Amino acid sequence: MIHFVLHDRKDTVAVVVVEGVKSGQTLNGWIMDEDRTMTVQARQDIPIGHKVALADMQPGDTVWKYGIDMGKVVAPIKAGEHAHVHNIKTKRW
Amino acid sequence: MAVIAKDTSFLGYRRENGRVGVRNHVIILPLDDLSNAAAEAVAHNIKGALAIPHPYGRLQFGADLELHFRTLIGAGCNPNVAAVVVIGIEDGWTKKVVDGIAATGKPVTGFGIEGHGDHDTIMRASKAAREYVQWASEKQREPCNIRDLWVSTKCGESDTTSGCGANPTVGDAFDKLHALGSTLCFGETTELTGGEQIVAARCASDAVREKFMFMFNRYQEVINRHKTTDLSESQPTKGNIAGGLTTIEEKALGNIQKIGRKCTVDGVIDKAEIPTHPGLWFMDSSSAAAEMVTLCAASGYAVHFFPTGQGNVIGNPILPVIKICANPRTVRLMSEHIDVDTSGLLQREITLDQAGDRLLECMLRTANGRLTAAEALGHREFVLTRLYESA
Repeated sequence: MIHFVLHDRKDTVAVVVVEGVKSGQTLNGWIMDEDRTMTVQARQDIPIGHKVALADMQPGDTVWKYGIDMGKVVAPIKAGEHAHVHNIKTKRW
Repeated sequence: MAVIAKDTSFLGYRRENGRVGVRNHVIILPLDDLSNAAAEAVAHNIKGALAIPHPYGRLQFGADLELHFRTLIGAGCNPNVAAVVVIGIEDGWTKKVVDGIAATGKPVTGFGIEGHGDHDTIMRASKAAREYVQWASEKQREPCNIRDLWVSTKCGESDTTSGCGANPTVGDAFDKLHALGSTLCFGETTELTGGEQIVAARCASDAVREKFMFMFNRYQEVINRHKTTDLSESQPTKGNIAGGLTTIEEKALGNIQKIGRKCTVDGVIDKAEIPTHPGLWFMDSSSAAAEMVTLCAASGYAVHFFPTGQGNVIGNPILPVIKICANPRTVRLMSEHIDVDTSGLLQREITLDQAGDRLLECMLRTANGRLTAAEALGHREFVLTRLYESA
């Protein structure tokens, strides 16, 4: 089963595509552009559609998705944690 | 075997001006808010007539008024419409809309309420509508080439599955249609923020690129002039955020998946303008679903692709809206709204090529007459875009 997908090898976040992901669970990921798989261990419960961090990140770091800049980190994030509006903000508006 | 090829045909209604529609509506079109009651009374009297009420049309001026006329005239000119009855509070602006629609050669008559009252207007307009409905009911579908089917797209209540699944499905279908010389459209100007350079790089010429960046920057100025926050909960919406989308950049990068990997952006139009040649058009437009889909109807599009993640339920009175969803929870909880389920993409159960073909199959069935989920559920959101306050 695929638990999360990412678009590009460079991405630092990925999308959870199944319901019920729990803290401690080992998640199978699919790198869509390369058709390759990877794993990460969830550190928090993550709802379907929400993002799991794939790397440790510090405030000010750029967040990569689709291989492109999707915003900046505003609170420390560890790999496997839930990455969303509480720790990432837009750089644009 | 590919679902569509150069000689693929569908059964459509060829209109007086050569455009092809997939529906055969007789619409009762109010010029203004005051005329909604009479328009709805006519549609109640005459079975098969469809009133399209809306809240505007009084004391608008300048570019906002021009857009009002362009949208109403465009809706009447849409090839999914067989004939039109226009009702306005007075004769002058009513005639302006009638004359704009009459240029297509389709039957259209206008009625002004002042000096007559609702009763007399409803009686006279009902007689005209009755004649149009009976006339339109004898129109036959005929084989038309797939190039004659104009297709627009806009997504709504997106979540992260939109960018991974539903939007790339539209992109695959757009790549296949573009290769056959179809006339296509996307828009949602602010929702390209963070990905605007990707769109600019896809423009077919420097002239198209300059016009696109002009439209993009013009809309950014509107945001910068009026914003009080970083727009979080408006763009991305509260629903987008509930679905896992975090920033406008992330939403934009998902949105842009709808224009596929091969399509070039071949032209740029302002709101409710009509494309002048085949290819993929960018239309400057709001990202609010009903506003954008209404503008697509006014630009003459005959079928609409609407990917959703969290389950936007939109429809349109003129333009059939096909919903595509890759979120398995939404497909399970809101199945009555979803026309094409591509959730298998995210489990690698189907390929993007197969997902795109499923959408194209649904498009052909819709074009041939099958009602979309939104049509069957009675969703007829017709929402006019306003540029600023009335005088």
